[in-house]
Amino acid sequence: MNAIRQIFGIVWILLGLAAGYFLVFEQSLKLFEKGGMDNIVPAIIYTFILAPLLTGGMCIFGVYALQNEYKK
Amino acid sequence: MNSNLSSEQVDKKKLRKVIAASSVGTLIEWYDFYIFGSLSVVIATKFFPSDNPTAAFLSTLATFAAGFVVRPFGALFFGRLGDLIGRKYTFMVTLLIMGFSTFAIGLIPGYETIGFIAPILVLILRLLQGLALGGEYGGAATYVAEHSEPGKRGYRTAWIQTTASLGLFISLLVILATKKSMSEEAFANFGWRIPFLISIVMVGISYFIRKNMDESPMFEKAKQEGKIVANPLKESFGKKLNFKFVLLALFGATMGQGVVWYTGQFYALSFLQKVANIEFEQSNYIIAASLAGGTGFFIFFGWLSDKIGRKAVMLTGMLLAICTYRPIYQAMYETADVSLKTEVAGSKVINTDYYMIPKSVDLKKTMKTEFSYTDGSTLTLEETSLTTIFPGKNPKKPEVKRIVHVGSSSFWYLILLVFIQVLYVTMVYGPIAAFLVEMFPTAIRYTSMSLPYHIGNGIFGGLLPAVATYLAAKASTANEVAIAAGQAITYSKPYLEGLWYPIIIGGVCFVIGLLYVNGKDKEIND
Repeated sequence: MNAIRQIFGIVWILLGLAAGYFLVFEQSLKLFEKGGMDNIVPAIIYTFILAPLLTGGMCIFGVYALQNEYKK
Repeated sequence: MNSNLSSEQVDKKKLRKVIAASSVGTLIEWYDFYIFGSLSVVIATKFFPSDNPTAAFLSTLATFAAGFVVRPFGALFFGRLGDLIGRKYTFMVTLLIMGFSTFAIGLIPGYETIGFIAPILVLILRLLQGLALGGEYGGAATYVAEHSEPGKRGYRTAWIQTTASLGLFISLLVILATKKSMSEEAFANFGWRIPFLISIVMVGISYFIRKNMDESPMFEKAKQEGKIVANPLKESFGKKLNFKFVLLALFGATMGQGVVWYTGQFYALSFLQKVANIEFEQSNYIIAASLAGGTGFFIFFGWLSDKIGRKAVMLTGMLLAICTYRPIYQAMYETADVSLKTEVAGSKVINTDYYMIPKSVDLKKTMKTEFSYTDGSTLTLEETSLTTIFPGKNPKKPEVKRIVHVGSSSFWYLILLVFIQVLYVTMVYGPIAAFLVEMFPTAIRYTSMSLPYHIGNGIFGGLLPAVATYLAAKASTANEVAIAAGQAITYSKPYLEGLWYPIIIGGVCFVIGLLYVNGKDKEIND
């Protein structure tokens, strides 16, 4: 089970990076380009809140999992 | 009271007082926080330029989100204070800040009176509310847990967990009672301020109850033994030993719990009002009745978590939620969909009113067309148009509002559907205070448990209405574009698209929780 926890660390890192990419490049940039209050509000939320939290947090969590920090 | 508490040593009477005083204060803070959300549609018209209703609504949601986004900062600021100077004094301060901010929102003149100063003041006070709430919950949960005997911590702290739903429930009741006691016009003019203003009385009472309470025995012991750390923030987030658990608490528990909480209570209300077009009063009754029926289950699942473990209860709730959200919301949509109902023959009634707007040349025409259905439901199409008395000037495009009032059987069915969601909320939320408290040592408990809780709830959960509304609106727009281009529509059920946010976040949290969270309860005596 500890090996599975460790291997999944890679998944969390990739998931964090994918979430950040999707939120910033696939969503926020397009929304900023469109302009208008109802596009800019979610774009700001994605870029400055959700993306850093998901990417940063998930990557660190993934690294800890890879280092077997959560072994039982 | 000794810090190494056993079942025999705990003074039950004192413990009940501790739980009551902590819960009442936290309940009032939640009430204060939620009346803003519950009145967001009214607030949008009062404090934000009303030229574009969607923009006004989004502005309110943004303000609402701002209230949530600052919650983690409140958790850091007051959590640090709570670990340095004590739990009791810290959550007294948060209570007063919350009470003052709520009362002050009720006093701000509208946008039409003082212009942009109005929304700016609202935003500042909303941020203060968020800061106060960020500091309150962790303090109350830690305080009760540190007074509780082992083996009953889930049950005792579950009382704190009821306060969030009860706060929302009471906020809905106060709003409905205020609306009932006056005309619609009077409520729109000044009545909406009453729920904000009466908060000051409740906060005053709670302040005097809390004032006479003792400090947490574990914190007192840690202080006497010199175990208070100089920099709780550095200790919590600068050391891998603690930080890895902060991350685990966030991604393996509070993130999923936050989205389940907000889907079941806030998104359900937003969906009923904005997607299913159910009238304001009836949709609030549906939520209030579901909350009233579900609140006792917080205590039950808190108690159950003492018996079978926090992890089992929380993850079961999360799994059920992510698997059943789409069918539940589909059923909610269909229950209110009048195209699936049988119209009563000859039931169509049309009423038209004309109103000359003072100091203008505009004439307001309101045409209400009402249809009745065999199950007791009604649909009102309210068409409002402005025309000018000068010939040749183009009239403005009419606005059409759909208002559905569901019949008795549909009403109870909707209560059941929301109640199921509230049940999921009680499963994931009932045991979480005990779960978080047990993850961290006394010296950094307030700081360490508050941050993941408020990021999970405040950010992942609090942003849910905005993100889900946006995803659903985006799907509808894509369909409209496809129809205009003569192509097949992209989304067969655009109104369900918003649910992908809680399903994905909840799904990731479930897997992390299943793999990494320790299912065995821990001792909180250091």
